[in-house]
Amino acid sequence: MNIVVCVKQVPDTTQVRIHAETNTLIREGIPSIVNPYDIHAVEAAVAVKESAGGRVTAITMGPPQAREALKEAISLGADDAVLISDRAFAGSDTLATGYILSEAIRKLHSESPVDLIICGKQSIDGDTAQVGPGIAQRLGFTQLTYVIKITEIDAPGRRIVVERQLERGHQVVEGRLPALLTVVKEMNEARYAPLPNLIKAAKYEPRLFDLAGLGLDRSQIGLKGSPTTVRRIFAPTPRAGGAIIADQSQTPAEAARLLVEKLQADRLL
Amino acid sequence: MAETARRSDGFDVIVVGAGPAGTAAAYTLAKAGIKVALIERGVYPGAKNVMGGVMYSQPVGAIIPNFWDEAPLERHIIEQQYQILSPDSAISGKHRSTQYAVQPHNRYTVLRAKFDAWFAGQADAAGAYLLTNTVVTDPIIDNGRVIGVSTDRPDGDLYANVVIVADGVNSLIAEKLGLRPVIDTVNMALAVKEIVALPRGKIEDRFNLEGDEGATIDIYGEVARGMVATGFIYTNKDSLSVGLGVILKDLVKSGLTPYELLDGMKNHPTIKPLLAGGEPREYLAHMIPEGGYQAMPKLYSDGVLIAGDAAMMVNGFHREGSNLAMTSGKLAAETAIEAIEHKEFGARAMSAYKTKLNNSYILQDLRKYRKLPGFISSRPQIFNVYPQIINDAATEFLTVDSVPKKQKQWKIWRQIVKKRRPLRKLLRDIYEGWRAFG
Ligand SMILES: Cc1cc2nc3c(=O)[nH]c(=O)nc-3n(C[C@H](O)[C@H](O)[C@H](O)COP(=O)(O)OP(=O)(O)OC[C@H]3O[C@@H](n4cnc5c(N)ncnc54)[C@H](O)[C@@H]3O)c2cc1C
Repeated sequence: MNIVVCVKQVPDTTQVRIHAETNTLIREGIPSIVNPYDIHAVEAAVAVKESAGGRVTAITMGPPQAREALKEAISLGADDAVLISDRAFAGSDTLATGYILSEAIRKLHSESPVDLIICGKQSIDGDTAQVGPGIAQRLGFTQLTYVIKITEIDAPGRRIVVERQLERGHQVVEGRLPALLTVVKEMNEARYAPLPNLIKAAKYEPRLFDLAGLGLDRSQIGLKGSPTTVRRIFAPTPRAGGAIIADQSQTPAEAARLLVEKLQADRLL
Repeated sequence: MAETARRSDGFDVIVVGAGPAGTAAAYTLAKAGIKVALIERGVYPGAKNVMGGVMYSQPVGAIIPNFWDEAPLERHIIEQQYQILSPDSAISGKHRSTQYAVQPHNRYTVLRAKFDAWFAGQADAAGAYLLTNTVVTDPIIDNGRVIGVSTDRPDGDLYANVVIVADGVNSLIAEKLGLRPVIDTVNMALAVKEIVALPRGKIEDRFNLEGDEGATIDIYGEVARGMVATGFIYTNKDSLSVGLGVILKDLVKSGLTPYELLDGMKNHPTIKPLLAGGEPREYLAHMIPEGGYQAMPKLYSDGVLIAGDAAMMVNGFHREGSNLAMTSGKLAAETAIEAIEHKEFGARAMSAYKTKLNNSYILQDLRKYRKLPGFISSRPQIFNVYPQIINDAATEFLTVDSVPKKQKQWKIWRQIVKKRRPLRKLLRDIYEGWRAFG
């Protein structure tokens, strides 16, 4: 199995705040992390490799410092990594990003045919969940989203069976390889990288793909190739906290009585 | 030796801990072309490291020349202030010099989360293998010689000819090696610190600064509440580092929390206006080894060297720690380089480290002040009675109330020896104090 896994470096959104006046994200000084869903994608790819054999190549599009995300993928068990980076890519939206990544994978595919692409369900900074499906569409790969389990991979028969996580329950789907999976975080537990991988990652230099190397159409990349415009970013108004009708000063019996009274008053009982 | 059974990553040296000591060691080794692993438990170096913090330029520059061009620094210090507080008054003194306003600046305030990450990045760029988010759990010992370390990672043993232990004040590894006894709480200070955000302009107005100039205030007296404790306020670009350290043994006995002490200091009438309108941003706590020379562990053994806080290298009186850490890390690295050249890793080869430390300011200074920690811990009154005495005296002296001056002087003197400190004890404090300062 030749597996490509897509990772993205994102600001640690648990630490991002929204500027009160300008409504923009304050990203300054916020540490970068690997998009948490992508960690599960790497783990899924490495697990497939371990059971079915093959290679895992991690790819990312981003500025030069995004190689840190690739190093993390290497420490988690990826064999190789490719940094897709060029000034001309700056400002790319999900459409342009899908184009650039699919062309990069096409290049890898021409070197050695790709059987499986695994992406995280979505990124935590954009939350769009569009890039994975966009790549599958462009490459004509089977598209399997919200995958929570890979049940079977039959490489000679070119078949894959997965479980998808839906709002109510799971769906078992069979598809043909090559396929693109987007995975949910319930799929697996990320492993604690073994020390030898960490040592390999410490000095790992990824291959570099740039605009010229990929032979891209300039009109489909960067700001020019990005029809999306952001009208407004805002923090959702926080929900009002619930009413507290009893605290530790009441006995459980009193508290229960207060609750019943309240429910009756609101005509809920 | 089980030479063949080992995985050969081919490391010459392993450094435990990417604080100032460990990173200085790893950087020096990498620059000399030595294959070195720098293992750090934090998600990134500095993630949990705490300091006041004033970084002294010369020792940093001895490792990375012109570091000030690139390192994340807050302000260069042009003024050092001392404040001695009584409950309602303060006496202060300060030194300010335009000499400190020109490059190379004598010292800078830093925020360790940023500085350590940058410093370790330099070691990485020089060729060191920076392995973060990895806890060293044990030394690996073979025939009495340290030959590597175990980590909490799967497949996590790593081997090298020399291990430099720089894992900070609670050095688990030095303890496991039996090189240092369990620490006595009289030799440990618990330091707490708040980062208080304040607009640049306000900081510059309140501390009388321009641009990136900075000031420090060391605070003595009332903050201690009868214990051995001192406080500080250091200016960063757009925040103040406000904190204090207190000897752990006293703190435990007092039943007070360090927050209570810090709140007391922040609300003192002379301190409060400096902080007004500030917004607390972060709260940090860390230990400081204050035992000095007498509390130091054995500094080396077969295949191993100990540097920085792990070796209790702090000069509490001068508020120096990061510089001793960096210099000792560098000297440990130089010892390892010589050992590798001669292929000699036993205690005898390692003892060159002790010689280098003896020849440097590190052991000379620590030896000079060796009696100070004992002197101070046996006389907590230094931190409350004397501040009270000099503040009372100043108040009396400066109050104009038609009492003849000679009578005033007598009054001040009588107050001291009757109320605060009998003459015999006072003379003794002076004599022993003078001796303690070497
Ligand atoms: C509040 C406060 C104020 C201070 N102010 C000043 C000041 O103004 N000026 C000054 O010069 N000094 C100051 N000091 C002292 C100074 O911070 C220390 O002396 C200095 O940090 C020592 O450096 P070090 O590298 O030895 O230890 P540390 O800085 O503690 O670094 C040790 C490193 O080892 C890592 N580590 C620990 N255990 C393990 C393990 N088992 N495995 C892997 N990694 C591990 C830690 O995460 C850490 O990164 C202050 C200290 C405090 C607490």
